[in-house]
Amino acid sequence: MNNRIQQAFAAKKGKLLNIYFTAGYPTLDATVPLIQTLSGAGADLIEIGMPFSDPLADGPVIQQSSTAALANGMNMRVLFKQLHDIRQTVPDTPLLLMGYLNPVMQFGVENFCRQAAEAGVDGIILPDLPLDDYVAEYQDIFRRYNLRPVFLITPQTSESRIRRIDELTDSFLYLVSGPGTTGGQNTQSKGVQEAYFERIAAMNLRNPRLIGFGIGDKTSFDRACSYADGAIIGSAFIRALEGADDAPAAAKAFVSSVLN
Amino acid sequence: MATTSAFQPNARGYYGEFGGAFIPEMLYPNVEELREQYLTILADPDFQRDYQQLLRDFVGRPTPLFEAKRLSARYGTRIFLKREDLCHTGAHKVNNTVGQILLAQRLGKTRIIAETGAGQHGVATATVCALMGMECIVYMGKTDTERQRPNVERMRLLGAEVRPVTSGSQTLKDATNEAIRDWISNPVDTHYIIGSVVGPHPYPDLVSRLQAIISEEIRKQLLEKVGRELPDYVVACVGGGSNAAGAFYHFLDEPSVKLIAVEAAGKGISSGHSAATSVLGKPGIIHGSRTLLMQDEDGQITEPYSLSAGLDYPGIGPLHAFLGASGRARFISIEDEPALRAVAELSRLEGIIPALETAHALAALPEIGAGPDDIVVLNLSGRGDKDLDTYLKYAEQMH
Repeated sequence: MNNRIQQAFAAKKGKLLNIYFTAGYPTLDATVPLIQTLSGAGADLIEIGMPFSDPLADGPVIQQSSTAALANGMNMRVLFKQLHDIRQTVPDTPLLLMGYLNPVMQFGVENFCRQAAEAGVDGIILPDLPLDDYVAEYQDIFRRYNLRPVFLITPQTSESRIRRIDELTDSFLYLVSGPGTTGGQNTQSKGVQEAYFERIAAMNLRNPRLIGFGIGDKTSFDRACSYADGAIIGSAFIRALEGADDAPAAAKAFVSSVLN
Repeated sequence: MATTSAFQPNARGYYGEFGGAFIPEMLYPNVEELREQYLTILADPDFQRDYQQLLRDFVGRPTPLFEAKRLSARYGTRIFLKREDLCHTGAHKVNNTVGQILLAQRLGKTRIIAETGAGQHGVATATVCALMGMECIVYMGKTDTERQRPNVERMRLLGAEVRPVTSGSQTLKDATNEAIRDWISNPVDTHYIIGSVVGPHPYPDLVSRLQAIISEEIRKQLLEKVGRELPDYVVACVGGGSNAAGAFYHFLDEPSVKLIAVEAAGKGISSGHSAATSVLGKPGIIHGSRTLLMQDEDGQITEPYSLSAGLDYPGIGPLHAFLGASGRARFISIEDEPALRAVAELSRLEGIIPALETAHALAALPEIGAGPDDIVVLNLSGRGDKDLDTYLKYAEQMH
């Protein structure tokens, strides 16, 4: 079964822009207008963050947007209500839900997948879901609802593990640019990072690759795109929304600054 | 010594349905390296020689098993106190840090990070880092740096960098998050010394094994003192659960020994200000482990409360979740106030000022149901110096 993620990569060769934002931030009702604006402004994929109280892999910016979103009243029920009609206005752009395992577990995995599929969600990113647990307990459910998991790869991930992740994936591979949480500065040298990107590119993997973590503007986006099929921007986008009177306008301006 | 079976984690780190390693990919190589090597290193004669020698000459083990006669008379049973408060640095925490620093050296790590609540684990980590000449960074919730000031100063004196954590509730949970984020950012040179039997596999098992010296000694000492190795009760307080894991370890497969785990009820179980995870928690994932944790209906982790910084944690180790679910251990919850009364009682009856965490275990003594012929071993996990300000404030309120 095909889905929108694969269609997006088939339709456009290279320089795909994937934007992450936290659902319910900066205001509870910003979720849908932001998706519509991002799609219209040229984002090729959109990751909708499901806020969690203890986001272990996230830096301060996404921690704060998560705390604010929770305070705004965001939760899984509200999110699925917001997304219910999203495919009427945003028919083609791939939508992925990204978050942590515990809220999904408490909502019920099957229930979560069913409602995600009903809303027209295409992929799921749960960084703290271990590969073995995914295969043992989640894979069948994900497949039943045609939801594609996305797994992370880091500079320390072994070649055999990358091959296994590639086998289990039918969407894209999320290349974490270097050691650190989201939004962090890369402390490793340019040469080390390039060697890592080139090593992965040379593996001839079946899935396309997007680079994320520490990508925040046109320069870093273009550079990442020279090593992969595109890149993911999260923290820098959320920073652009911070304190904006008109979140969709700020979103549009940000995407334009990256693409043009 | 009996090797335990039903209460050991399986290959994937599960105790029954609890445990596992729910970690982002960034931590996978580190945790995997630890998982592959910890049992081999722990069993290595060279490691054991260094570990035992440090426990003896640096920590001051074995710690005494003291028959508390006046306390026994007060509760009509025979009570022995396992004096972990006499360990170097003032609590059981150092048993684990001595073991983990030796492990870190053998893994080739040069930088140590740790989280701390009450500051005891932070001090114990800073201490072994000073001993080994290793860089040490301790994450501590800002709230805790304020209520446990003397321990912050001790860590600094020992050469550690204390980083106050301002996210979330600014307590142990958030300090642990921040330590994990540090590890994500420094995956190659850094070892994370977790202070309790929490976190992703193999940490709960690793820390349990390093604290198991407590129950190993209890068995020997009890045999010498009363002619039998097995007590009728073992009582210990539980935040994450490391001192309880150590005190229970070699009794887990001895069904005649009743295991009593004492949690902090804070201002009361239903007050909304509590840390009694076994009562208020549901299965979920915290800090890489599937265990019981306090959370709202959306799976957001809620802020626990206890006057005691060391018990102020919204989860319990997966071993303890399993001990509770399987009925092997009985859980009792004690509020702030009776714990404070127990501090005064032990101080006056036995000349020992306990830590506030330990005082929760002491306050459970009237509830365990021990009779005159029973032998009760209570793990006196730490000394009360760090809590003097709290004790003085309470005493003033009483007068």
